[in-house]
Amino acid sequence: MPYFPETMPQPTPVMYEADFWNACKEKHLRFQSCADCGQLRHPPTPICPHCHSTNIKWVDAPEEAEVFSFTVVHHASHPAVKSKLPYVVGILTFEGMDGVRLVSNVTDIPTDQVKIGMKVKIWWDDIGDGNFVPRFRPVESK
Amino acid sequence: MGTSNRKPHIVGVGQSEYTKWGGIKDRSQFQVTAEAIVSAVRDAGLKVTDIDGFTSFSNDTNHAPLMQVALGVPELRYSAMVWGGGGGGSCGAISLACAAIESGQADVVVAYRGLCQGQGQRFGLFGGDRPHSSFIFPYGLFAPAQMLAPLVQRFMHDYPIKPEHLAEIALNARANANRNPNAVMGGKELTKEQYFASRWIAEPLRLYDCCLETDGAAAVVITTKERARDLESKSVEILAAAHGSGTGWGTGPLGSHNMPTETYCSTNNRRIAKELFAKAGLTPADIDVAQIYDHFSGLVLMALEDFGFCGKGESGAFVEEGNIRWKGGKLPINTSGGQLSEAYVHGVNLMIEGVRQLRGQSTSQVENAETCLVTSGLGTSPSGAIILGRS
Ligand SMILES: [Zn+2]
Repeated sequence: MPYFPETMPQPTPVMYEADFWNACKEKHLRFQSCADCGQLRHPPTPICPHCHSTNIKWVDAPEEAEVFSFTVVHHASHPAVKSKLPYVVGILTFEGMDGVRLVSNVTDIPTDQVKIGMKVKIWWDDIGDGNFVPRFRPVESK
Repeated sequence: MGTSNRKPHIVGVGQSEYTKWGGIKDRSQFQVTAEAIVSAVRDAGLKVTDIDGFTSFSNDTNHAPLMQVALGVPELRYSAMVWGGGGGGSCGAISLACAAIESGQADVVVAYRGLCQGQGQRFGLFGGDRPHSSFIFPYGLFAPAQMLAPLVQRFMHDYPIKPEHLAEIALNARANANRNPNAVMGGKELTKEQYFASRWIAEPLRLYDCCLETDGAAAVVITTKERARDLESKSVEILAAAHGSGTGWGTGPLGSHNMPTETYCSTNNRRIAKELFAKAGLTPADIDVAQIYDHFSGLVLMALEDFGFCGKGESGAFVEEGNIRWKGGKLPINTSGGQLSEAYVHGVNLMIEGVRQLRGQSTSQVENAETCLVTSGLGTSPSGAIILGRS
């Protein structure tokens, strides 16, 4: 069973975002970097803002992340999330990957225990049709 | 800023009735907007046929060329819209109008916004086509309150900002709205107890930290100093206007939160604030009253810091000391009730209140107010602000 019901909006990537989601199909969380100067960027863009190269290299993110900030959502702005209220949306950073943050969910924890600075670990949510969405749970829990 | 005779002045303001979300059913959003434009032009003492430019923002669906035909504007010499969603472009629409006026591309520009959310897109809900939506929607980050809440969360983590300080923004807005008969929440008092008993929307934002959802339209008429002088209406000078977006913001909080760490807990206005005060030849201490875009209480606190009314992390103490209150505060803010308690017209209602203050017509009038800062939507790309001066 996916974390959110099936009616949840799914990724609908534009052209240069597709490789991010293709990697997710293989359960790899990869950020885009410039193949020439190494600058990381997220969300994906077609041109390096630093050296303007269009050569791209995808870099694996570590499995663990840190909660940079978060919100506990209590109001259903889409019918699909009604059964999951309250849920946590975290803004996550990864060691060694300066300049990129990932929006994802922090799951498997009472919402009042989520803290900035908390370490979380990736799990892959099977949303069907071969697509996976990365979500995170506290490192301590299984 | 252009030759002195072409210095842009606001000469007229107009607004529809403001109602709760879905409250305007008898007329279309387009009609309500057209009516607000007509009333602004009449307030200015001009004729609709004097209009030769329109500006707006936020993908306004009240298309200028159609407005031209609907109102019988003979020649449209200028029409432009600011990129970017929500209210972030409100002051940008004034910037565009100023550019047109100063450069002689137009003589009478109306900046407008019509927003009957019962008839069209409802900004507080999931909406289909946001850039970078693939990186937020699958996680349930759908609406602006949810998108901006993490900034406030981090802000409260890094600095001594307390829930009471967020409350003060909401309570101030309501107290001001209670004096404003046109405010949607005009007749409803709000106590601190009610504030803290209200439900969470997206922590750390409670119900009363979030702007209203209303129906309404508002318009502002801008012309040259030379033209303004000949009108009977009381004009207000636009001392400075600036808009734009900081390094690396992109979709910012409305996308995947990849702004630089140094500006993460900010309104995306620090450069704009510097430019604005320099252009106006003023400092924050010279500002008598401010209308700060209050979609969410926490961002108003950040704006007090970004625009230099207090130091970094000091906005909590600043509001706690009563500085934003009418009357007597050092910097009364959102004197019409703002978007938390007057109406949510993507910030154009805040501009109108700025004009009322400098005309001496506010229901929470700051004595001898000579300058007013008005901001665009905060924490968005673009953002911006204007400084109005009594002329
Ligand atoms: Zn590069």
